[in-house]
Amino acid sequence: MFSKIMVPVDLAHQAKLSRSLDCAAELARHFDIPVIYAGVTGTAPGPTGHTPEEYTRNLAEFAAAQAVRSGISTGYHTIISHDPRVELDACLLRATEELEADLIVMEAHVPNVLDHLLPSDGGTIAKLAKATVMVVRN
Amino acid sequence: MSDAPTDQGIPDPEGQTEIIETDFEIGQDNVEGSLGPFGFDVHNPVFLISGLTIVAFVFYALVFQEQAAAAFGALRPWLTSTFDWFFLISANFFVVFCLFLVVSPWGSVRLGGKDAVPDYTYIGWFAMLFAAGMGIGLMFFGVLEPVYHMAISEPLGVPSPFAEDGTIIPENVEAAKRMGLAATIYHWGLHPWAIYAVVALALALFSFNKGLPLTIRSAFYPIFGERVWGWTGHIIDTLAVFATLFGLATSLGFGAQQANAGLEHVFGLPNSINVQVILITVITAVALVSVLRGLDGGVKVLSEINMVLAALLLLFVLLVGPTGVILADFFAGLSTYAREIFALSNPVGREDIGFLDGWTSFYWAWWVSWSPFVGMFIARVSRGRTVREFVICVLIIPSLVCVLWMAVFGGAAIDQVLSDPAGSAVKAQVIDSYNPPISLFAMLEGLPLSAITSTLGIVLVIVFFVTSSDSGSLVIDTITAGGKVDAPVGQRVFWCTFEGAVAIVLLLGGGLSALQAMVISTGLPFSLVLLLMCVAIVKGLMAERDVLISEPEDG
Repeated sequence: MFSKIMVPVDLAHQAKLSRSLDCAAELARHFDIPVIYAGVTGTAPGPTGHTPEEYTRNLAEFAAAQAVRSGISTGYHTIISHDPRVELDACLLRATEELEADLIVMEAHVPNVLDHLLPSDGGTIAKLAKATVMVVRN
Repeated sequence: MSDAPTDQGIPDPEGQTEIIETDFEIGQDNVEGSLGPFGFDVHNPVFLISGLTIVAFVFYALVFQEQAAAAFGALRPWLTSTFDWFFLISANFFVVFCLFLVVSPWGSVRLGGKDAVPDYTYIGWFAMLFAAGMGIGLMFFGVLEPVYHMAISEPLGVPSPFAEDGTIIPENVEAAKRMGLAATIYHWGLHPWAIYAVVALALALFSFNKGLPLTIRSAFYPIFGERVWGWTGHIIDTLAVFATLFGLATSLGFGAQQANAGLEHVFGLPNSINVQVILITVITAVALVSVLRGLDGGVKVLSEINMVLAALLLLFVLLVGPTGVILADFFAGLSTYAREIFALSNPVGREDIGFLDGWTSFYWAWWVSWSPFVGMFIARVSRGRTVREFVICVLIIPSLVCVLWMAVFGGAAIDQVLSDPAGSAVKAQVIDSYNPPISLFAMLEGLPLSAITSTLGIVLVIVFFVTSSDSGSLVIDTITAGGKVDAPVGQRVFWCTFEGAVAIVLLLGGGLSALQAMVISTGLPFSLVLLLMCVAIVKGLMAERDVLISEPEDG
């Protein structure tokens, strides 16, 4: 039914991702397909890496650890942005195309009053991505 | 259990750099949480301290208005006249230092690592260089300064072409004209851009090559070591936020007054506080939209639009104005600048104290007080350039653009003043009475289609304010988030709104000039800071070169 799952990850907030990671792993085992972890990073040093290169190494380690933990096949994909916070959605949409992923599993916060005013990342991706999108509430 | 990493989309390795090993983790002092529905991720304590000091100073300027005006109003001229020698010597040093970097072997060090690719094209990059710190200045001083220096301030004692009774003294005309332009070029050419280049280079080097957070304190790592992560660094960053926010807010306040004067002159709009508050609100609102669209979708797009508009206005004045005279002025001004630069930048034994202290020393303090903001913004967009390319493009090319701009606008205005002294609006607004905000529009009046070009001028002024406000919010947010560039956007919205609010409060309650004087006064301590940065740059580049030489290719 699906051939590849993309899971957007924020390496700085791994603790908040447990539900989407578990869910994606479950689906990967069910369909026997790989999970690609997509991360967006800026070029300036940040807590998740001093250079885009180091960030990519950290993301690779993360993907490898997930493979061992969940017994699935995993990969990783770094997207570099000048303004990672604002361009997050556009970067993830581009990554979906590049990876040819047909299922996106992503974590989303429980909606609050602000979500009536501003679009959420999960909402935007669900609206604009060609792939099937599963938004997992944390 | 197979592990099949796919690595599409990852650029080539960025090459060797000398990453500074420090126990400090970026973001370790940050406080994350949410306030109601709004998430935040800010540096503790820089965010809180800078926010509170800013509120405290606004309060002081409002409640003790006369005292604040007297204190800071006197402090600024005292500093710029007492320490004029220090400002001039340091600025000269920065120019020499930058030129030295171009020819030194360190020039080949690339910001972001040996194999880093530039983040922006030349066009986008140049547009953004002007967006942060200089665009507005070019609009306001392009006509004013050349005319004023020619006729009134008498740089290096070159006499005015106007006699006491207002008649023209023909034998003084040529020298005064050349000196008027050369003195203006001096204030907008190599020296200010060298000041910006030093700060920007230090920040880019220590962030993109050494892996330290993108905040001002990182440039001090070679000097203070681990202490920059403690209170030493907190104070440096807080000072930078403070100078940036007040610098922006006070110039936004004055800018609104000036734009209002322009609107009154061109469209007959009433010159009132209400109109000015509306202007600040509109500028802040547009800046907010730009903030929400991010660096590439907001400030870059606006900067490029503005560059095209500015180029159109420049071409119009060049072609419709006295083209031959302007082109002759351009080369005459440039050659006079080249000849007189040593005399103009000589700090001791000068006779023209009025020009030296009132203009040069004031400008140097001003550029330096803006340098944390402009430097940080330039650093943010300069990753992937070599040091040599960086210095040439931040120092030489913007200087030439400024020279051309001043020659065209100043040259056209000087021509109007000298060819028809009685009928010239520029002479009336700049020489006979002193109305800086009107000067540009007075010059445009002397050319055809002035309604259209004046409107274009007002649009340019407003958009330059928007790009300053937007890039300022970006810079302040990055500093107060401890160097993180991916903090919630709500924080940028907060700083942008806060800046507009401070401007409105100071406009309504008074205190704009007092606080602006205070910001310019920070130029003195920051000049020392910049000198230290040069030491840090040399240390950083030496270490970087050593790594490049010692490690094999593609190691």
